[in-house]
Amino acid sequence: MLTILAIIFIATGVFFFTIASIGLLRFPDFYCRMHATGKGDTLGAFLSLTGLAIYNLNNGFSLTAILVSIKIMFIALFIFIANPTATHAITKAGLECGVEPWTRKGAQK
Amino acid sequence: MGNFFLAIALILGFLTLLCLYRGVFGPTVLDRIISISVIGTKTTIILALIGLIYGRMDMFVDISIAYALLNFIATLASAKFLLTRKSIVPGANFFKERGIK
Repeated sequence: MLTILAIIFIATGVFFFTIASIGLLRFPDFYCRMHATGKGDTLGAFLSLTGLAIYNLNNGFSLTAILVSIKIMFIALFIFIANPTATHAITKAGLECGVEPWTRKGAQK
Repeated sequence: MGNFFLAIALILGFLTLLCLYRGVFGPTVLDRIISISVIGTKTTIILALIGLIYGRMDMFVDISIAYALLNFIATLASAKFLLTRKSIVPGANFFKERGIK
């Protein structure tokens, strides 16, 4: 039961990682790429690490396994807080530097 | 079950190579910084998966924590550096020329 739950969590996380990578490759602009990676990467990392923490408890609830699972959930929580912060900082830097936003050709004139 | 984790780790490695394209050919410096940040997040997951494959989860979790912290600090430091050296980024002063603030 725990194994099936862990597989579902990890597969969903890898799906979001794939979406974030495709967005990073295909979007036309710095801000659009930030939009894709800032959300998809955070959710993918959170789901994958939650799945790993669940699977780690598969061999019985010993004290060591519970402590390792708590550490994994700490990483997930840290990424969930730190990744949007880093995204905000880089976007602020881009805005202050004045990176040119993408517009449709001809719509600007 | 070990094969499943190996397949997931290989998929994440392939996605890392895809993200490295943006890191090498990115038009601006900021694109490269995003690419490195995404690669660092994926590496955190890959390290945890390697620990699960080898059966040494208690050791690899600490390395994974250190990698997550270093990734966050590196991203913040480069963003702070770009705020003080604005002339690095091409196409700068786009908003100032048009009077947008």
